[in-house]
Amino acid sequence: MGSALSIREVTKVFPTPEGGEVKALDRVSLEVEDGTFMVLLGPSGCGKTTLLRCIAGLEAHDSGEIDLHGSRIDDVPVWKRRVNTVFQSYALFPHMTVAKNIAFGLEMDGMAKADIDSRVESTLELVRLAGLGARRPSQLSGGQQQRVALARALAKEPEVLLLDEPLSALDLKLRRGMQLELKRLQRQTNITFILVTHDQEEAMAMGDQVAVFDSGQIVQTGPPREVYLSPRTRFVADFIGEANVLSAQAGATGLEIEGFGVLPADCLADAAADSGPGGTIYLAVRPENVTVEADEVGNGTIVDVTFVGGDVHLTVQLGAIRITARRPSTGTANDERTIAEGDRVRVGFRPQSVRIVEE
Amino acid sequence: MAGGRTARRRGAAGQGSWWAGSPGLLYLIGLVLAPLVIVLVYSFLSRAKLGVGVKWVFSLQSYVDLFYFESLAGGRTFDPTYLQIFWTSFVYALITALVCLLLSIPIATWIATRPAHVRMALIFLVTIPFWTSLLIRTYAFVIILNDNGPINGALTGTGLLAEPIPMLYTPFATVVGLVYAFLPFMILPIYASAERFDFRLAEAAYDLGAARWTVLRRIVLPAVRPGIIAGMVLVFIPALGSYLAPELLGGGKTSMIANVIAAQFGASRNWPFGAALSVMVLVITLLVLVVFAALARRVSRTNGRSSWEALL
Repeated sequence: MGSALSIREVTKVFPTPEGGEVKALDRVSLEVEDGTFMVLLGPSGCGKTTLLRCIAGLEAHDSGEIDLHGSRIDDVPVWKRRVNTVFQSYALFPHMTVAKNIAFGLEMDGMAKADIDSRVESTLELVRLAGLGARRPSQLSGGQQQRVALARALAKEPEVLLLDEPLSALDLKLRRGMQLELKRLQRQTNITFILVTHDQEEAMAMGDQVAVFDSGQIVQTGPPREVYLSPRTRFVADFIGEANVLSAQAGATGLEIEGFGVLPADCLADAAADSGPGGTIYLAVRPENVTVEADEVGNGTIVDVTFVGGDVHLTVQLGAIRITARRPSTGTANDERTIAEGDRVRVGFRPQSVRIVEE
Repeated sequence: MAGGRTARRRGAAGQGSWWAGSPGLLYLIGLVLAPLVIVLVYSFLSRAKLGVGVKWVFSLQSYVDLFYFESLAGGRTFDPTYLQIFWTSFVYALITALVCLLLSIPIATWIATRPAHVRMALIFLVTIPFWTSLLIRTYAFVIILNDNGPINGALTGTGLLAEPIPMLYTPFATVVGLVYAFLPFMILPIYASAERFDFRLAEAAYDLGAARWTVLRRIVLPAVRPGIIAGMVLVFIPALGSYLAPELLGGGKTSMIANVIAAQFGASRNWPFGAALSVMVLVITLLVLVVFAALARRVSRTNGRSSWEALL
């Protein structure tokens, strides 16, 4: 499989109202394989939507190169790019019926009337809206409007489909359903999807690949599992799922971890030593990998217990720092015992579950 | 059943006591209906001896005079003079509305795309002319357009022209005055439509392969069409009956119907005839409104949103 989209060193600077500048994209490079579902993930204002708009041609980047299936599209105007967008606001034309909305893009391609009609029909079926072609967008529910927006972009059979936070306006249940639906559509059409979201669960659920953005840069790209299990930086560890990030220093006797004390020399200590004498490294520990045992002479005190359904979240004061732990709310006998605020506990973690991350 | 009682007392929206609407009703009867009835009745009466007031004798003479010339010998010949004036007024009003439209679309959309605080300032500027009487502003154009005015002064002064172009007291001056007077009435409704336009729709159209002109024609224009129809009504109808611009700038040479009507109540001293002319203007205005209402109904049907019919 070749590369559907190749982005090299793309930079985009916006002026701020105060007269300054903000780098929305800072030398961003990204390869998107043909037929994959790529998710651009990051907090709001990190530049992910700007990148999407640069790919669509709605925004002109200042420098860098964007290739679509090997040919450069930087200077191709938006209306000539074989790329289509599903907008966050859907942007359905209110004065046209659903069918006319979908037909609009096909008319622009100069497709014959009969072909347009059959394509509109088949696309409506694809997004499971058959029979609603004569409605107006205002007569549809939010979820249905979302499907029309999808159909309108998919009908053009773009080389790459861009989706800008398409599910953010839907309620949680509908959103879950649409996540699966989008994945099915992507598999069925085999069109390359690039979806922007700030919701890490959504990214995990849908993406074949996830690119994590942090202030205008892509900090890590990979399959969701890999990004979750081996976050490269502190930001990624924190943004994808939850993580306790502990600073640690290599001392004479071993690795001294903030809040936990000295750990005997092992591979972690070696890594710390590599970063120079007295060098600080950062360790990320997922809450599910933190163990909490009731212990009268333990190292920590429970400061908060939150029941969230399947899990119980525990916040433990450990010297000067706080650690978050998570464990199933039911199951083992140990969990029958109610853990309450103020209890003394022993906090630990399995060394193999720890990842060293960059600051 | 306290809830039921309050519900009954308040009633449904728009179902207040009948007398709550009486100020409006009095206004309509006293200031709209009564003058109309007076004009209508006068148009069917006879000319008074000295021309001031009317003689209470039923007569269709005024309506005959609209179309025929009666010689002293009693012979009747078809006389298109007044039809001609109606036609001229209609054309002037239409030209005024179209010129206003052509100017307003770019102006209104430009204003609508500015940042919020700039937008407010620009709309404020559009409304500033209303602070001064139209009479004074129309006189200002006498100064601007005359042979020694700033335009001709600049053209001859720089040597571009040897002789000043006569602009004042021409049809051109009348149209300039009309366009100037009514431009805000076109800008404001179009701005109101354009301001609500979601520019993401234009982006979506670009994204789907539409080039600029197509986006303007198929996405932007349908969205501002209600504003255009409202603007056309607000400009065309008062322009049809305008008096000042043809009087002061047209120099009486390019009479519009309002000037002729004014003359009947003044110099010509024929009140019934003036009333008949007024009735004709009313009929034409109503016909035009019906056409616009039909247009608006079609737009609101195709747009599936708030209609402008209420305004008409």
